[in-house]
Amino acid sequence: MSALATQAAVSCRGVIKEFGSGETRVMALRGVDLETPAGEMTLLVGPSGCGKTTLISIIAGLLDPCRGEVSVLGTSLNQLRGRHLVSFRARNIGFVFQQYNLLPALTAAENAAVPLIIAGMDRPTAVKRAQAMLGELGMADRANALPAQLSGGQQQRVAIARALIHEPRLLVCDEPTAALDAHSGRIVMGLIRRIAVQPDRAVIVVTHDSRVYDFGDRIVYMSDGHIERVELNGHAHKE
Amino acid sequence: MNWIALKMLTGDRSKYLGIVFGVAFASLLMAHQVSIFCGIMRRTTSQIRDVEEASIWVMDPHLQYSEEIQPLADTDLYRIRGVEGVDWAVPFFKGLVRARKTDGSRAERGDYRQVMLLGIDDATLIGAPRTMVLGELADLKRPDTVVIDEAGFKYLWPDEPFSTGKLLEMNDRRAVVVGVCKASAPFQTMPIMYTRYSQAIQYAPTERRLLSFVLARHKPDASPAAVCDRIEEKTGLQAVSKDGFGWKTMRYYLKNTGIPVNFGITVALGFIVGVAIAGQTFYLFTIENLKQFGALKAMGVTNVSIVGMVLLQAFVVGLIGYGIGMGFAAAFFVATKNVTALSGFFLPWQVMAGTGLAVLLIVLMSSLVSIRRVLVLEPAIVFRG
Ligand SMILES: Nc1ncnc2c1ncn2[C@@H]1O[C@H](COP(=O)(O)OP(=O)(O)OP(=O)(O)O)[C@@H](O)[C@H]1O
Ligand SMILES: [Mg+2]
Repeated sequence: MSALATQAAVSCRGVIKEFGSGETRVMALRGVDLETPAGEMTLLVGPSGCGKTTLISIIAGLLDPCRGEVSVLGTSLNQLRGRHLVSFRARNIGFVFQQYNLLPALTAAENAAVPLIIAGMDRPTAVKRAQAMLGELGMADRANALPAQLSGGQQQRVAIARALIHEPRLLVCDEPTAALDAHSGRIVMGLIRRIAVQPDRAVIVVTHDSRVYDFGDRIVYMSDGHIERVELNGHAHKE
Repeated sequence: MNWIALKMLTGDRSKYLGIVFGVAFASLLMAHQVSIFCGIMRRTTSQIRDVEEASIWVMDPHLQYSEEIQPLADTDLYRIRGVEGVDWAVPFFKGLVRARKTDGSRAERGDYRQVMLLGIDDATLIGAPRTMVLGELADLKRPDTVVIDEAGFKYLWPDEPFSTGKLLEMNDRRAVVVGVCKASAPFQTMPIMYTRYSQAIQYAPTERRLLSFVLARHKPDASPAAVCDRIEEKTGLQAVSKDGFGWKTMRYYLKNTGIPVNFGITVALGFIVGVAIAGQTFYLFTIENLKQFGALKAMGVTNVSIVGMVLLQAFVVGLIGYGIGMGFAAAFFVATKNVTALSGFFLPWQVMAGTGLAVLLIVLMSSLVSIRRVLVLEPAIVFRG
């Protein structure tokens, strides 16, 4: 058991999360145990309100659990506080959000370069790296466009470039395809599958879009604050 | 990160301009009103400042400000001259008299105007105007002559070029204008007329005493303050330094007129408008950017950097707005330099500095509220729709 725990990129034990108190108390997570290995894409699926976003927020160190242990890449998040947690996030975790959350005043390449700039790299070098990354995502010709000039699918590709530019060892994506049509959604999932999944990187994607389940190596079904079952998908859509 | 902060700020052109406009408007309003207030206060001391030679003004012990005349006895002049440390002392007449035009068209003749008459020492002409625009100061030594200030000439004879030889009558005595001079604008806009002391007391309505002030200078080896004390002690009169008399006069106006309250209200309004427009727009700007700040926090930007970003944004709009506001305020005073009602008004550096502090306060207040919102922000909101 402990051998498995050290191999897992992400491991959660008995994670409980409540919001509010008294009348308005909501039990979002009721004791979650989860292990996610590196080199795989894990899909977190389930009905609306079952706690998917809450769980990856905790895994990404954006939210504290009420109880339970979370360890990411061998580091126990329970012990990381303040500045240390922030810099752990900056170094090790990439984010893709449903709403893209690009900075509207920056070009695609500048947006993608933000994590490198946060890490202290000088701007021209960072933007050059970001342009190369956008090229890999088929966005070379749109590198200088502002987010408002891009389609949803293109904005999400910029967001993926931004999430991966600093080569984090954990990528978390919350509903990356929810705002996209079926075709763009499959392109985005394909890109995450092809570019993000690496032997030393774990990828967790929250989705309730059953059309993209075939991209995952492992599908974690959640309902009402706990994990119902985990399915392995040997025939994951590799390309 | 500073670069990102500035991009965020200038990215939304209309909001950025809105905040800058707010700061600019507030600083213009504050600087402009305070400057005019200072200008008006300064005008109350015009006739004191214009007498450059005198370091000491001697007056009735009960006198409160420079427009209030409580004449002294002629013998007081000699008593003051006898005080140790007094280099010289000369009489000075100041009073309001009615002047009647006695030349020009028939309609003009008999036209009365109130003027401020200044009578200067016959022998030394101490207190005389510094700069003559037309005519010679020496002509004042001739009988029945006066020198009038530029604004006064324009007021009495509008649309006429400056000229000598104009005739007036004061207290049934003839007065010939022999020169036009520069003089600091008085508190009330009215012509200023210079004449010799002995002439002035003939132009003035008959009173038992006519000596308005005694102007004096301390000996080089004595201090003005010590000489003032000695004069007071020896004569029982009131003796104040030139600056002291200026401040005394300004204090009187501050205490006894509605001027400071009215300007105070306008300046307060400027500050409130600044907080309301600039502060509020900046706050709303931050609130609208909360999601962007949240994303940056999620990606690992520390709270310290976030605070730095908000402060930088606030200081940049503050500085640009302040610069524009000061530019407009200064331009106003340059443009109105030759308007009589506003002459002598300018933008003192103290007002610029004070406005700068007020803008800094506005900017700090609005950024502190904004910073609070950004700091308590849960980065997890980035996952919410
Ligand atoms: N900040 C919060 N305050 C109070 N309740 C919250 C908060 N965040 C989540 N919840 C509640 O916790 C439960 C789980 O929410 P969560 O957002 O994790 O669900 P989800 O599975 O991501 O749903 P969806 O598919 O709609 O995104 C919900 O009942 C939600 O109302
Ligand atoms: Mg969710």
